[in-house]
Amino acid sequence: MEFLSNVISGISLGSIYAIIALGYTMVYGIAKMLNFAHGDVIMVGAYVCFFMTSRYHMPAVIGVLLSMFVCTVLGIVIERLAYKPLRQATSLAVLITAIGMSYFLQNAAQILWTSNPKVFKSVVGSGSIKIAEGLHISYVTLVTVSACVIIMTGLTLFTGKSKMGKAMRACSEDKGAAQLMGINVNTTISITFAIGSALAAIAGVLLCSAYPNLVPTTGSMPGIKAFTAAVFGGIGSIPGALIGGVLLGLIEIFAKAYISTEIADAIVFAVLIVVLLVKPTGLLGRKISEKV
Amino acid sequence: MKTINKTSKRNFVTIGGLILVYLVVAALKEGGITSNLINGQLVPICAYMIMAISLNLVVGILGELSLGHAGFMSVGAFGGVLAGTLVRQVTDSNLICLLAAVISGGVLAALAGLLIGIPVLRLNGDYLAIVTLAFGQIIKSIVNILYIGLDSEGLHVSVINKMNLAEGGKMIISGAMGCSGIRKLSTFTFGFVLLLLCLIVTFNLIQSRTGRAIMALRDNRIAAESVGINVTKYKLLVFSVSAAMAGMAGTLFAHNFSTVSPAKFDFNTSILILVFVVLGGLGSMRGSLIAAALLTLLPELLREFSDYRMLVYAIVLILVMLGTNSPKVRDFIGKLFGRIKSIFLRKRTAKEGNANG
Repeated sequence: MEFLSNVISGISLGSIYAIIALGYTMVYGIAKMLNFAHGDVIMVGAYVCFFMTSRYHMPAVIGVLLSMFVCTVLGIVIERLAYKPLRQATSLAVLITAIGMSYFLQNAAQILWTSNPKVFKSVVGSGSIKIAEGLHISYVTLVTVSACVIIMTGLTLFTGKSKMGKAMRACSEDKGAAQLMGINVNTTISITFAIGSALAAIAGVLLCSAYPNLVPTTGSMPGIKAFTAAVFGGIGSIPGALIGGVLLGLIEIFAKAYISTEIADAIVFAVLIVVLLVKPTGLLGRKISEKV
Repeated sequence: MKTINKTSKRNFVTIGGLILVYLVVAALKEGGITSNLINGQLVPICAYMIMAISLNLVVGILGELSLGHAGFMSVGAFGGVLAGTLVRQVTDSNLICLLAAVISGGVLAALAGLLIGIPVLRLNGDYLAIVTLAFGQIIKSIVNILYIGLDSEGLHVSVINKMNLAEGGKMIISGAMGCSGIRKLSTFTFGFVLLLLCLIVTFNLIQSRTGRAIMALRDNRIAAESVGINVTKYKLLVFSVSAAMAGMAGTLFAHNFSTVSPAKFDFNTSILILVFVVLGGLGSMRGSLIAAALLTLLPELLREFSDYRMLVYAIVLILVMLGTNSPKVRDFIGKLFGRIKSIFLRKRTAKEGNANG
């Protein structure tokens, strides 16, 4: 029973990582940049939802929708102001700008909302369903896992079937050629950022529903882990983000349960290194052959 | 007579400038002109400058991104403190203790660098970056649970918690609390000499046959391989030299404070050093030195903004990156300067016209 309940919490944590990892993977696939500010967008999303539901007593659905809206706008503004002028610059310059943006968001949050931890009230209540003796599934877990499945299916359909999704795939393949085919590359990148940031808002709300301690640095560690998950599954691949996220969540929970809480992070990262040694482009990553 | 080439000349200017700055700052410090705030930052600045040079070697010269450089610093810091405490048992000389600490910190970090060099051989680009990030996190987690104590029976190592030490024993490294009661051995002069040494080694490495091979690898790996450059050897070499320098910087840094905890060398520190390197210019050691000094002092100088200082720091960082890398912003700044210049020129010609007329 203990084993099964660990599996359930591992999948739940992994689903949150997977949703965050999607934001990284989509932006990386199209803009070829590591958006380090993504973790902090999660934090902003969680704060917006916290203030809507706990301070202004709005229903949870409105809180989540509003935080998605705020994060979407934030994502587009960040992209327009900080990343768009650097489209032609080296990837390291963009990386440092993204890090600057991450510092900016964290410190702005600290000034606006202070660093006192806020207790996030779960958006789905704290009940649970009893499956067997000693085995419960909380509502948060159910909502998290189903949200993850819905988002994955939706995104796979969106990138596979819709016109915008096709444009995104074209841009990730070859920006120059896509532009020649009449695709507006800037709009496509903005929309990618918008989707990624809306997902970050959802992830923030779910993360804080499961782990209710909300501070301005809430997003940074899950951000790093989710980025790891994205690389683990093969960066740029949507199913890869799901597999990477869930595996990472499972490894983390099992390491915590059976080995040691303090060393859990080290084990997660050690597994990552071993996987990358065996498969250098991640589990589902495409192998890119070098041209001479 | 042997002529000095352009790069050597530039290197001499950098080293000369550095010595000049050292002499001025040391004189100011002796004269009591610099504030305590600045005096306290002198050794950390030296340590960060060494870190910046060491990371620039990996990022700028070898062309591989490392996001875990603070991990090497951590290995150097704790290894160095451990060695320093052990040497203290046999000698009372501060200098010998510090030298032993710095050397063993450097050697331990170099071993860690070799260890990380192994995955480096198979990966490149962002995948390598994530492995270095993971490596930094692993080192942090391990130091977090590492307990080392010393008593009359010798060294005791444990990974769970405090151990029972014999009478008169003391903890050297105590897990997440890190080291405490370190003697403040680092001095500005020692830090400066170490920095100068690292800088000279780096310049010589870059200018040598080895350095040219490394840069050839950076510019085109396949072409370099096809003319017989051994990728494995040079990549491992750069990673271990760079790690050794980072380890020495870590030892220097740790001996400047009475307590140092593993949390000091986390992901944010790695990023901070990367910011020095990118802001100073990839491959430019002089740029790294200037950026490291300015950016270490900047948050201190911004203290009057108190709560807003890190916000201002972030904005300055973004604006500098936009200003130096965006063609549009650069154009705009160029035009602005052009206009200011033309206004001044017009005034001057007008004045001259008046004077003549």
